[in-house]
Amino acid sequence: MDILQALLNGFGVAFQPFNLLVVVLGCLVGTLIGVLPGIGPISGVALLVPLTFALDMPPGSALILLAGIYYGAMYGGSTTSILLNIPGETSSVVTAIDGNKLAKQGQAGPALAMAAWGSFIAGTLSVVGLMTLGPLLAQWAIRFGPAEYFALMVFGFSTLSALAGKNMFKALIATGFGLMLSTVGQDPQSGISRYTFGLLELEDGMDFLVVAIGLFAVSEVLTILEEKTPGALRAQVGRIFLSFKDFMGSLMTILRSSVLGFLIGVLPGAGASIASFVSYTTEKRLLGARGRFGEGDLRGVAAPESANNAAAGGAMIPLLTLGLPGSGTTAIMLGALVSLGVTPGPQMFQQHPDVVWGLIASMYVGNAVLLLLNLPLVGLFVRLLAVPAWFLIPAVLAISFIGVYAVNNNPFDLLLMTVFGLLGYLMRKLDFPLAPVLLGLVLGYLMEINLRRAMTISDGNLGYLFSSPIAVVLWVLAVVSLFSPMLIARFRKQGLGGNDEL
Amino acid sequence: MKKLAVLGLVVSSIALAQFTPRNPECIAPAGAGGGWDFTCRSVSQVMQDLKIVVQPIKTTNVTGAGGGVAYANVVTQRGDDANLIVAASPATTVRLAQGQFSRFTERDVRWLGAVAADFGLVAVKADAPWKTMQELVAAWKADPSKIAVGGGSAVGGQDHMKVLLLGRAAGIEPRSVKYVPFDGGGQALTSLLGNFIQVFAGDASELRAQVEAGTVRVLGIMSPRRLPAPFASVPTLRELGYNVEWVVWRGFYVPRNMPAPAFEFWSRALRQVERSPEWTRVREQNSLGQFFMAGAEFQVFIDRQVAQFRNLSRELGIIR
Repeated sequence: MDILQALLNGFGVAFQPFNLLVVVLGCLVGTLIGVLPGIGPISGVALLVPLTFALDMPPGSALILLAGIYYGAMYGGSTTSILLNIPGETSSVVTAIDGNKLAKQGQAGPALAMAAWGSFIAGTLSVVGLMTLGPLLAQWAIRFGPAEYFALMVFGFSTLSALAGKNMFKALIATGFGLMLSTVGQDPQSGISRYTFGLLELEDGMDFLVVAIGLFAVSEVLTILEEKTPGALRAQVGRIFLSFKDFMGSLMTILRSSVLGFLIGVLPGAGASIASFVSYTTEKRLLGARGRFGEGDLRGVAAPESANNAAAGGAMIPLLTLGLPGSGTTAIMLGALVSLGVTPGPQMFQQHPDVVWGLIASMYVGNAVLLLLNLPLVGLFVRLLAVPAWFLIPAVLAISFIGVYAVNNNPFDLLLMTVFGLLGYLMRKLDFPLAPVLLGLVLGYLMEINLRRAMTISDGNLGYLFSSPIAVVLWVLAVVSLFSPMLIARFRKQGLGGNDEL
Repeated sequence: MKKLAVLGLVVSSIALAQFTPRNPECIAPAGAGGGWDFTCRSVSQVMQDLKIVVQPIKTTNVTGAGGGVAYANVVTQRGDDANLIVAASPATTVRLAQGQFSRFTERDVRWLGAVAADFGLVAVKADAPWKTMQELVAAWKADPSKIAVGGGSAVGGQDHMKVLLLGRAAGIEPRSVKYVPFDGGGQALTSLLGNFIQVFAGDASELRAQVEAGTVRVLGIMSPRRLPAPFASVPTLRELGYNVEWVVWRGFYVPRNMPAPAFEFWSRALRQVERSPEWTRVREQNSLGQFFMAGAEFQVFIDRQVAQFRNLSRELGIIR
């Protein structure tokens, strides 16, 4: 009852005309940032913080605005992933795998609509979670130390076979390559540069988005160049509306991915990109042969897009309840709040209930706004595919280059992207799957650094990795996940495979 | 009143400097939202509010190598640009001292000045057994392997150096110090609250929220004087008898061959910013302390700091 009363008061705050305006503005800017490849939520939030000062916004409104940009960006990120195979955000890289396949099959409309619906449901669920379980989950999140993160990354890798395609051996090589890429740059544990060849530009390692756009978008353009009829590989406008049947077929995926994404989002060290990867691979494994993951399955869009939105909601928990920023974006929000005289932390729910509950209520409103904003945009975006190939294909390259340049404002990244484009082309020719490279890159760094943190803390005692209940559970999950394909195959032989939905 | 003051500033800046910047730019050598980005944007804003510059200063984020990419870019391609300032801090000088900016040294640019400072500190969890720095040091000395210290920088970076300096002042062998690097102060703090590390090394501005919430206890601050609330009750390390200071100045360098009138203009501009009530407000909003230095004095300060960091890094075994 307390919660309902508080939420009602929150809606009172959120429905003030100025706050309504602010939430719409935040969602609009967020969507725009999401759609533009390269520019991520972190830049968007950082750029609008001065605006909140300049307009002398009350802290509640400022937080509503910044949060709107943050989760709004998660909605928009799928657009270019699906239409052009250019991931809009790091958390939408996985979306490109099935999303772009769907677009080529004339299903861009349903895919975009599915992304919007998945985002909406997940976003709303994560606000419910934030509201009801916030402080509880925050206590759980700080129990995640180096050993637990390491086990989580091992679990992430255990789902690898979902990205493998036909040949597991080639998938392992690709993963190994991704892991190697993740070691490039300054080693934080020793301060020494690894594999940088003396290039300052490589000191920070390979940017995930640069590698992803090179491997996906640039290599695809190169493949298309070989085609005698360039139209054949191109996406088609096709259907625009998502059918009720498709929606219902993905509902369970959306719900599961929301929970998974939310839990991973709460962890300060993981974040939306890992959430999207793990939910995609988990769903693929769960659905097994019932899904057409990798060839164009709407649930392959629903899973990562739900997960990344739920993760954005989850990430607000450590920020609001403990004053701990888990990501760059939430760190900026923390800074802005402190400047505005609101200190997030255990007392915030008591001291500034209007701010907290106003934000929570505004997130319900914001998610609805985003859905209303994004569904009509589907029709508009899909029409982009009607432009002729001679224009669209160079445009894909141009957008890739602009997007990659926007990541770091560094021309070196353009070169790097081109190299990965060529590499991706070769890998396609040799039938290597591309996604495992990205899995290795996104999980590798966290896996290594957390293992080494654990070893520093425990003086090299390997037992430390299994020393907490959370870690043990994660290890068990990893083992189960590793062997589950064999178990599922056995079940299926016995006729327990379930019905095909697509 | 305010208008008159502004008018006065405009008149004085026109009278004293013949240089007017055209399309001025501030490079933040890291991504949006970081400390350098803040330095660029906030100083640019105040310069615009005070009408020191007519055209707004554009902030460009040039990321990479902890500022190394921007440094190399400025030295090799914009060596005489009159309209460029670049944000810097001890993170820049530490890396220069350790030779992390490839072949470039602190002599390859000209150091303009600093307008504010953050300060290092050492904290433990609120329910930790150590109530004072002396108690922590005693436990640390007794068994260094029991105390894991975390910070937001890599090994050899600022937070690590703070720990090693404190350790050295307290008589703890640098090699026995257990330092765990995290990706930013926020994650280190999370690990402190989760009991994975025992001590947190960071900056005052990072910890304000937690100190106000009472979840951490700051044992010592690395500033020359005590800081205002909420840190007012925290002793400085100097008061406690450890000769350690870590001043995270926020300032700028400019291209080495910037024309003299331009350099004159920018140093004067920094001074005007620093004296303005607008800047005081920005500083206080962001938990930054007062610190000002410009021109020749700053150049000497930087030369001395880099040399000191270089010796220190050698002594502490970070570089050979």
